[in-house]
Amino acid sequence: MSKPIKIKRGLNIPLKGSAEKVLVRIDKAETYGVKPTDFPGLVPKLNVMVGDKVKAGSPLFHDKYRPEVVFSSPVSGQVVDIRRGERRVILEVVVKADSGELAYEDFEPASPETLTRDQVVEKLLKAGVWPYIKQRPFGIIANPTDSPKSIFISCFDTSPLAPDLDFAVQGEEQAFQAGIDALRMLTPGKVHFGLNADFPPAKAFANAKGVESHYFTGPHPAGNVGVQIHHIDPINKGEVVWVLNPLDVIIIGRLFLKGIYDATKVIALAGSEVLNPRYFKLISGACIESIIKNNINTQSQVRFISGNVLTGTLVDKLGYLGFYDNMVTVIPEGNKYEFFGWIAPGINKHSASRAFLSKLIPGKRFILNTNMHGGHRAMVVTGQYEKVLPMDIYPMHLIKSILANDIDKMEQLGIYEVVEEDMALCEYVCPSKTEVQDILRKGIETMIKELS
Amino acid sequence: MLHSTFDAFETFLFVPNTVTTKGSHIRDSLDLKRTMSIVIIALMPAMLFGMWNVGYQHALSIDAGWSFFETFWYGFLKVLPLIVVSYGVGLFIEFAFAQPRGHEVNEGFLVSGLLIPLIMPVGVPLWMLAIAVAFAVIIGKEVFGGTGYNVFNPALLARAFLFFAYPSHMSGDKVWIAGLTQGQGVVDGFSGATPLAKAAAYQIEQMPSVYDMFMGFIPGSVGETSTLAILIGAAILIVTGIGSWKIMVSVFGGGLAAGLLFNAFAVNPYMEISAWQHLIMGGFAFGAVFMATDPVSASQTEKGKWIYGFLVGFLALLVRVLNPAYPEGMMLAILLMNAFAPLIDYYVVEANIRRRMNRAKKVANV
Repeated sequence: MSKPIKIKRGLNIPLKGSAEKVLVRIDKAETYGVKPTDFPGLVPKLNVMVGDKVKAGSPLFHDKYRPEVVFSSPVSGQVVDIRRGERRVILEVVVKADSGELAYEDFEPASPETLTRDQVVEKLLKAGVWPYIKQRPFGIIANPTDSPKSIFISCFDTSPLAPDLDFAVQGEEQAFQAGIDALRMLTPGKVHFGLNADFPPAKAFANAKGVESHYFTGPHPAGNVGVQIHHIDPINKGEVVWVLNPLDVIIIGRLFLKGIYDATKVIALAGSEVLNPRYFKLISGACIESIIKNNINTQSQVRFISGNVLTGTLVDKLGYLGFYDNMVTVIPEGNKYEFFGWIAPGINKHSASRAFLSKLIPGKRFILNTNMHGGHRAMVVTGQYEKVLPMDIYPMHLIKSILANDIDKMEQLGIYEVVEEDMALCEYVCPSKTEVQDILRKGIETMIKELS
Repeated sequence: MLHSTFDAFETFLFVPNTVTTKGSHIRDSLDLKRTMSIVIIALMPAMLFGMWNVGYQHALSIDAGWSFFETFWYGFLKVLPLIVVSYGVGLFIEFAFAQPRGHEVNEGFLVSGLLIPLIMPVGVPLWMLAIAVAFAVIIGKEVFGGTGYNVFNPALLARAFLFFAYPSHMSGDKVWIAGLTQGQGVVDGFSGATPLAKAAAYQIEQMPSVYDMFMGFIPGSVGETSTLAILIGAAILIVTGIGSWKIMVSVFGGGLAAGLLFNAFAVNPYMEISAWQHLIMGGFAFGAVFMATDPVSASQTEKGKWIYGFLVGFLALLVRVLNPAYPEGMMLAILLMNAFAPLIDYYVVEANIRRRMNRAKKVANV
């Protein structure tokens, strides 16, 4: 093992309700949804209409500007609904799953080594698994015509209540390696692994062939692939790096092993309002009702989040698991007033600062709700963001350059190296309650427009 | 119509029920209200001691042997009007500006409003204080857009305004002791001169003892005299992480460095005063702990904070010792460095940009 890279700055938010390592197999969910909103910047064009029959792997919609990038149905069944929002933006394409065995589109199994790069790309595109590959900068779906400098896969997740990926990939070693083999065809550079130095990695990670492993130790966001890239081989202007999640590598691997789009994965259900936080094996895009049924504290008003509490998406209890998400978090809503809350000693309040008594109780786990804990203000306090962003970047100056719409400055201050998840902690700690992630995405959109 | 005003009072009583709608679903419990409250708590020792000291100095001037409570009560009655006027005028202006802008009222003035009385001589007339506060809030803050956008520390601007607009009222021997400017009797041999004034006049042997200066039994602005009380405040700020320890340490470091330099090249008695004594005289400690650390007007980068703090301390002594026109240099040093803080940050950030550029170039050349 090479010497681990120590991440010093960051913050672990100790929440109550982490998932117990018990894998629950559940029946198929009734409906599955694919959400174009999971893909920032995407303009979707529908391939199906309500009532159409689809197989697992049949395209539901595609990218208007890159028609070869398609998004497939995770199950076979019937398209029952296409939900639209304001200005007829497509929010969800809902498929009612067949009751019996699933029918799969056949993409023919193949060993990646026997194919050319173009054939691999074509296969990934056709089956609708291409969108699992994201690019940095910008955190958008990779461009099939690019040749990335390298591919990075973070094999552990440090975000609050995050699923243990070592646990989630158990038994999938073969598919995982097949996925890695396919990815190796895509880059002239290396496939890099970010591994947790504090625990022995799962077999799938440890025995993976043809990759370069890097070990990290430290608080969140040490597990963020953006942070790992920054410490291994930072992204410069004009460079493109591709990133994937290990669970999605498995889905890619299955495409080559079995020739089908099988989006089965193991996800965690966690959070203080979950009665039995556990792991579930399900098909991506499942309606979360299938896992939260009879498993939620009904005493309080709760919020369902597809993803983690820092970067996840708000969904309702009949909502769908996001395309890239590996967990569902359930926390209490915070829509209550608190009398003189700003001066209370705060034994149950979590803060990155030391301004609350809770700091005196080591190892305490918190139940945090969705309250803002204060009103929006101009930026006053300095030095807070830097403490939770372990990169050689001045986060506050970057955010200010975006607010000022100064494109040169954004580029100079390192906007290519960060996406929302990397600066989510900045947003968490901000005493002025600045919407850091939203501002950063706007800056990224500006840069994409500028460079196109 | 009075939404900002209503909102200010409502959020004072209750943390509002707003929930997150985008981005992170959970947020840190710390907000600006709590941040500012902690600074106010940190100011309490200096304020309470200041009240007592006002009474104590007055008692000395009339040679009265007051009890502790008489002493404190006298000072309390002298200082309270200053605080009331400062908050009254300042908050009125803050509300008046927040209302048409539709902003929530920012908590920033809660701290400035208490800092201002603490850096005033107790003898300052209330109308003068009111003008100074209005000047500081309007010209120092609101014209830039409110708290968070100001260039200079508003509290120090109030002080500087009075210092330059009414110099006769802001210096000399009488203004530091309550009652003297109203012509109340002074016992023989009593001088209201501050240690700084004595040092500047080379009356080193007449300066109070180190113990008195550290504890704060000396004439001076209301809250600045007791280094001990200020250090208690500093401890609160550092333990809670609200105040930047880097700035505090580097200000003291800069002062010490300048003091040692003077010692080495001493040509007059003032320059011979041992370097560390400077740190407990005048407003040095108060400025280092409560003024230089104002996050808005200080350097915003961590490296910049070291440079900024050091220069504040260094310049403060430079002005204090080498310029006979200004007995105290802390105010001017901090205001000057407020103006230069963006420049320091510019170079720190520019270095970061250059690192990124060089990295890209190196890759391109391989």
